[in-house]
Amino acid sequence: YTIIIYLSYPIYLSIMRGVLSSIMASGQQWVLVEMVQAFYEAPAYHLILEGILILWIIRLLFSKTYKLHETYKLTENEKEDLIEEWQPEPLVPTLSKDHPSLSYDIVTGSPSHKIIINGKECINFASFNFLGLLDNERVKQKALSSLKKYGVGTCGPRGFYGTFDVHLELESRLANFMQTEEAIIYSYGFATIASAIPAYSKRGDIIFVDEAACFSIQKGLQASRSFIKYFKHNDMKDLERLLKEQDLEDQKNPRKARVTRKFIVVEGLFINTADICPLPELVKLKYKYKVRIFLEESMSFGVLGEHGRGVTEHFGVNIDDIDLISANMENAVATVGGFCCGRSFVIDHQRLSGQGYCFSASLPPMLAAAAIEALNIMEEDPGNRSFFNDCLNVALCLCDRIPGLRLEGEPFAPALHLQLEKSSGSREADMKLLRSIIDYCLNRNVALTLARYLEKEERFLPTPSIRVVVTVQQTEEEIQKAVSCIVEAASVLLQ
Amino acid sequence: MTESSVNKLLNGDSCRRTSNGLKTSKNGFVKNHCLLQQPHKYRRPRDKNPNVPHNPSLYKKPFVESFEETPLMVAVLTYMGYGILTIFGYLRDFLRQWNIEKRHIARERDEQKDFVPLYQDFENFYNRNLYIRIRDNWNRPVCSVPGPKMDLIERSTPNYNWTFEYTGRVLKDVLNLGSYNYLGFAENKGPCADAAIEATQAYGVGVGSTRCEMGNLDIHEELEQLVARFLGVESSMAFGMGFATNSMNIPALTGKGCLILSDELNHASLVLGARLSSSTIRVFKHNNMQSLEKLLRDAIVHGQPRTHRPWKKILIVVEGIYSMEGSIVRLPEIIALKKHYKAYLYLDEAHSIGALGPNGKGVVDYFGLDPKDVDIMMGTFTKSFGAAGGYIGGKKELIDYLRCHSHSAVYATSMSPPVAQQIITSMKIIMGEDGTTLGADRLRQLHENTTYFRRKLHDMGLIIYGNEDSPVIPMMLYMPAKIGAFGRQMLKKNIGIVGVGFPATPIIESRARFCVSAAHTREMLNTVTRTKFPRIQSNYSPIQRALTEE
Repeated sequence: YTIIIYLSYPIYLSIMRGVLSSIMASGQQWVLVEMVQAFYEAPAYHLILEGILILWIIRLLFSKTYKLHETYKLTENEKEDLIEEWQPEPLVPTLSKDHPSLSYDIVTGSPSHKIIINGKECINFASFNFLGLLDNERVKQKALSSLKKYGVGTCGPRGFYGTFDVHLELESRLANFMQTEEAIIYSYGFATIASAIPAYSKRGDIIFVDEAACFSIQKGLQASRSFIKYFKHNDMKDLERLLKEQDLEDQKNPRKARVTRKFIVVEGLFINTADICPLPELVKLKYKYKVRIFLEESMSFGVLGEHGRGVTEHFGVNIDDIDLISANMENAVATVGGFCCGRSFVIDHQRLSGQGYCFSASLPPMLAAAAIEALNIMEEDPGNRSFFNDCLNVALCLCDRIPGLRLEGEPFAPALHLQLEKSSGSREADMKLLRSIIDYCLNRNVALTLARYLEKEERFLPTPSIRVVVTVQQTEEEIQKAVSCIVEAASVLLQ
Repeated sequence: MTESSVNKLLNGDSCRRTSNGLKTSKNGFVKNHCLLQQPHKYRRPRDKNPNVPHNPSLYKKPFVESFEETPLMVAVLTYMGYGILTIFGYLRDFLRQWNIEKRHIARERDEQKDFVPLYQDFENFYNRNLYIRIRDNWNRPVCSVPGPKMDLIERSTPNYNWTFEYTGRVLKDVLNLGSYNYLGFAENKGPCADAAIEATQAYGVGVGSTRCEMGNLDIHEELEQLVARFLGVESSMAFGMGFATNSMNIPALTGKGCLILSDELNHASLVLGARLSSSTIRVFKHNNMQSLEKLLRDAIVHGQPRTHRPWKKILIVVEGIYSMEGSIVRLPEIIALKKHYKAYLYLDEAHSIGALGPNGKGVVDYFGLDPKDVDIMMGTFTKSFGAAGGYIGGKKELIDYLRCHSHSAVYATSMSPPVAQQIITSMKIIMGEDGTTLGADRLRQLHENTTYFRRKLHDMGLIIYGNEDSPVIPMMLYMPAKIGAFGRQMLKKNIGIVGVGFPATPIIESRARFCVSAAHTREMLNTVTRTKFPRIQSNYSPIQRALTEE
């Protein structure tokens, strides 16, 4: 087509020149009659050619530049063949028979201080039962009386007759306990932060996250479909670098910046590393760069701080400076479910936007009642805390001298990680080695567990480790026994 | 007389459709190479009845669903209603902005006023001006067992629902048509409660660890074996939350390069799970097999977009009973399609397990199909079993894989022991393993109640949606203001119902929803129909009216 146009272009020009010159010749005035006359004067073939050219150009302008589907329209039979031919992958890949997660350890009876694993009674250093409330008689009684009043299930989501007076009471008790305006409860710990993040952060917003953030945070980030920027674990300089970069970006495009929400998401005590987040510095950065902070406190709620309010109390940070705190009630509180707390302005939004809140059946009332009683116990006995810190320190001193194993985490963290000092190079072999230590201890009545991760799903896969959970119920003696057991196992198996 | 008119309508309806279907079967099958018959080209494009049994041969019994078209007059009035509400909404927003009307909504902290707003004010327009005005119909606090009758805490509001105050009085014995208590297992007495009490005493309420680590109790193993037996599958796994069962397991099953075909009315948890899996998602029209087949064919023929590589696998995701429509999935046709196109099927039986089928085993049982034809059987324990949580059942390889790769198994705390016990006991009762006929009685009672109540409503000339066997019965209200009016009027008569509006339904199809339970007596259901349903006069079905006049 273009060639034709190129060829005909001079002709076209000459015609136009002829027409124009005839018009110009008639003087400066533009007279319609003369123009028409010029047309008459022009040779007929010129006009015809010109007409065709104009039509051609119009056609070229309006026709599609390429036609994709014209080239391979399949016949029905070809389609049938394709359908016949297609073989999908199996629904799930076949597993190797000795996959470490294939056979779970079976716990008989209550997984409290004393636990029966695969038929062997052990001291529990594996369940997150920090405050020993799991088999607390008061908690049980409260749960039972609730069960006798409400039955087990709620048979509906919160909106449709699934809100019970117990839920309302628990929400106000949690808000009181944390000294925030409002709290909202979820029926599952994992779903709490995973629903809370996408309730606020939408496509186009920016979230700054610590690399060591736990899996439920990662799922929340994914569900939010926002831009995710990871900063190095607990590295405030790296975070500030990212914030500065973003700030520069914002100055370039202030209109966009005005509607782009920014969040920092961190854990109070990181479950994967047992480190504490540097909250005071985060708060400084928050006001400097106008970013909101979401804090996940599943490990620290009920553990850190004088009253067990978590990292904010531990650092003496004003709780109102944190936009949203979320925690599950499955660790220290020893029931099921999770909650978010903060100012009403923030929290109330989740009642219609939190997916795990709106669309899920509500928490069974008996579990909520158990949580209320657990809060009662935690409020009555803040002395718990000091004892707890002592306990942790003891654990730390002892844990420090295990040959071949390195202790990770803050001394006051209730769930510590023991990693291999020298990795064998392959993750699988490391896991096997650690598992053999655990089995050794299990045989000597000390229950420990491997920290489990989904290796392909984690954003930054943590190093393999044995998780040691300290609870208030463990006596000095038992801790000594456990430590000597681990030392023994390590010296036998790691040589 | 009325009964005959019902039959007339239903028969007339299905007759028209069957003949419709037969005609197409002559050439449709051969010419189009489609497994399922195609609808006629001249059918109205937006037929409110995609639920036409085109393939009657696949069904063992009549499959009757009705979705009567919105009467034109009502549609116009509804849109006008929204128009008026919107105009007033803007007016009030204007007044609020100039502080003429008091603002009740929580405000941002002063220190953070210069932050980017946490949520756009405009996004909340609907909540502020429409939802809040009728929000006393939701979140009504219950203070008893959510059984056939429940006690509600009375609320009052001094400022048109912006805030609530508790008056301290209790509304006693409100008839409960809102809870998903299909088999009436929401009880605080009886074998289930007793067993749960024992479990609490033995185990406590928490677990404090994940299944993979130290939270795999013997009671969970027992539960899973029982569930597998109940469903008739090789193996099963139970999870602590129904919502999370979907959203945390679909990502373990599909990934990049996989295609998920999802019904347009699928529950939020399925949508979330599909999104988290990072597979491609395509949506087919609700329960419309032609739409599904077209997507399947196109997907296999054209492969992945841009790269044109074949899809790794195709997963069809459907629900058993759709809780907003009361429709039942066309499982026989889906299984035929799935087999022909080698796709996998994920069936969410949240509402149908326990509530459908002669043995209470869900849609598979209802249609008399083989559970092995469904690759992934998912369901929840919240509804029929009066507990909480969810399960996945299927082949042993599938469950083994999930045990190692499910997000829930590795990262989430396992199910609370008393909850697990409640499921075990109630499931055994349904299966008749407790040595009584209690379970069978409940199943029969539920079916009778469903049929009776649906017929009653139908006879009253109301427009109700869904399958005649579905215990979820949506009754159309259309106008948003009617949700509020109807809910309040019914509560005055001591009946608790659920109203649903936009965004859970299409904008003009606001509805009230009744959930029938086996625990309801005939007398209770009569109380409901005897109220004459105040203030919903315009929702009577024109078709029905014409028939009764005839």
